[in-house]
Amino acid sequence: MLAALAPALGAGAVARLGGVDLGTAPARAEQHEHGNGAAANGHEAVPDHPSFQAGGRVDHAANGFDPTEVLRDFDHGRTRRLASGRTLRQWELIAVDKEIEVAPGVKFPAWTYNGRIPAPTLRAREGERLRIRFGNGSNHPHTVHFHGIHPAEMDGVPGIGPGTIAPGKSVTYEFDAEPFGLHLYHCHVTPLAEHIARGMYGAFIVDPRDGRPEADELVMVMNGFDTNFDLQNEVYAVNTVGFAYMNDPVRVRRNELVRIYLVNVLEFDPINSMHVHANFFHYYPTGTSLEPVEYTDTIMQCQGQRGILELRFPHEGRFMFHAHQSEFAQLGWMGFFEVVA
Amino acid sequence: MEARAATEARAAAEARASAGRYPAWVLGVIPLALIALALAAFALLDGPGLGERKGPPVEELAVERTVLEPGRIDLTVRNDGPDDVTIAQVIVNDGFADFATGDRTLAHLDTTKVSVNYHWVEGDAYDIQLLTSTGATISHEIPVAVETPEADAGFYGLMALLGIYVGVIPVALGMLWLPFVRRIDPAWLRVLMALTVGLLAFLAIDATLEGIEVAGEGSRALGGASLVLLGGITSYLVLSGVEAWLQSRRRQAGPAAGAHVALLVAIAIGLHNLGEGLAIGSAYAVGALALGAFLVIGFALHNTTEGLAIVAPVAQRPPRLRRLALLGLIAGAPAILGAWIGASAFNASVAAFLLGVGAGAIVQVIQQLSPSIRDRAGRALHPASVAGILAGFGVLYVTSLLISV
Repeated sequence: MLAALAPALGAGAVARLGGVDLGTAPARAEQHEHGNGAAANGHEAVPDHPSFQAGGRVDHAANGFDPTEVLRDFDHGRTRRLASGRTLRQWELIAVDKEIEVAPGVKFPAWTYNGRIPAPTLRAREGERLRIRFGNGSNHPHTVHFHGIHPAEMDGVPGIGPGTIAPGKSVTYEFDAEPFGLHLYHCHVTPLAEHIARGMYGAFIVDPRDGRPEADELVMVMNGFDTNFDLQNEVYAVNTVGFAYMNDPVRVRRNELVRIYLVNVLEFDPINSMHVHANFFHYYPTGTSLEPVEYTDTIMQCQGQRGILELRFPHEGRFMFHAHQSEFAQLGWMGFFEVVA
Repeated sequence: MEARAATEARAAAEARASAGRYPAWVLGVIPLALIALALAAFALLDGPGLGERKGPPVEELAVERTVLEPGRIDLTVRNDGPDDVTIAQVIVNDGFADFATGDRTLAHLDTTKVSVNYHWVEGDAYDIQLLTSTGATISHEIPVAVETPEADAGFYGLMALLGIYVGVIPVALGMLWLPFVRRIDPAWLRVLMALTVGLLAFLAIDATLEGIEVAGEGSRALGGASLVLLGGITSYLVLSGVEAWLQSRRRQAGPAAGAHVALLVAIAIGLHNLGEGLAIGSAYAVGALALGAFLVIGFALHNTTEGLAIVAPVAQRPPRLRRLALLGLIAGAPAILGAWIGASAFNASVAAFLLGVGAGAIVQVIQQLSPSIRDRAGRALHPASVAGILAGFGVLYVTSLLISV
């Protein structure tokens, strides 16, 4: 491996290799990881892992959201008790046109709910009454279409019930939280691909009546961005910003139960996937059962498909997770878990 | 009545006098200064009344040069469009890549070098996308990755050898037809001259088409295919001027018509071979050229006929050997220079211009040669000359099948 790399790295790297003790395997591994020919090329470094240009960072503050905060940001809305004794849970979603930096230096003219992608993770409990006021502050007509069980007029599709909501108009969707599981919501205006790919989607969690075991819970919405509008994605990610968790790893505790709410909204590509390194997880498709169906390290989802992953990390250190389509991984859909004691 | 006429006459005289107060060049400069002033004011006021342009910025980048070194791909990029372009990221074969660049933001016609850190593999194809700040992508393809030869002494030596093989030696060999063309009948000489015209016409067409093709790879903002025409017209006019100058000198120094036609032919063929060398050198640099006996033989056959074109005009009064050798060098040696430029500093826009220069020079020379193919009746296109021209086409068409650069 080293011998094969040496010619490609150039004279500088070879010279440096000559200066270290190559007799032991660990020394070689060290060299392989860090000896990336920086001196030979006159550049800062050849990156060890797929990444954007070295040193490039997205301005999360300007975007108005930070992927690291999105992970554990659950929006429980406002609640009040109805006369019947049921809980009424209310949210407000506003459509906003906004430029989002999806890769360092690359701005995408997005359409959003509440100015962020993914939209707020709405979280309710099975059996509650849900009321979502939607105001359209965008220059384009939109709706909010929830996955779940509800009456036709609350489905958020054009031509049925309130139908398409014109710019400046608003509507209130109201329905029961059922069934429990992991769902999603998104705009359903034609052209569908554009209204979704521009950023109008979010996770929608309905907790079982009795809840789930205590865990460190994370939301990961797998998405992508067609920045040049050629109906193919240039940037892939979880929670919008490519390679965000390469720069800022997802910190979790050793042996603690980690629950990942994983939703795929990726447009233009038929499927997406998630693979966790050096570990296995229990998989609950759509989260509608409390019994896992699979113990694996890789799962696949088509658009709109989602599921819950539960796992514990027995070892400390950095563990990769990424789409197991290498192309997606190299175009941004790759990150690290940082397992600490 | 008289008073009025007198007033008019006086006014006209005053006007002349006042105009005469300034030298002529001042009157010439005043409009220029006013134009400059108006444009400056227009620019300072940001085009009053025009408002913002509609739509997103127009982002166009042309990759003018690609250099592959181990672990690195260097692209020389020019902003070909009207608006500023900011290169935000680089994607190589569906993966983001680290890169270094001088100036990230390029104004109209600015250039920069984008050095991509990438462990490319010889023989693989690469699609490089420059992702701009607005999310647009500019695609550049490397059909076959081959390390760009380093421009050291050995490399320049190799290119010089190549230039000598395909330029100097074949032309010199072709000139060995001189004793033959001296002996033949004037009617046959006319056919031979027609053959030469055919050869040259083929070269002119070939160079023009190749120039247009090369221009397509370069910056469109710098002129694109029009550079070929500009180059052609420029060389045609310059050579016509040189020809007129030679003629005026000849009138003073006595006749030597054939000698100066031969010189012009040599210059024209030299300019053509410069373009040919350019094509060979650049093809070699990107690994698209298999250096081998077959290529050299092809070019030798192709270019030997060019030697014939030089000696045919001097059949009546052959010059001395030294002068002949000089003519051969003028015609053949530029292939060496072309190979150097092509392999080390290839720029599609410059190449297109130079190919146009070669074509224009040939057209001028054809014009020079045409009197020598006229028969006794003064016709240029008599059956023998037409046969000669077509034979010239045929010879070069067949020999060009042997080479593909």
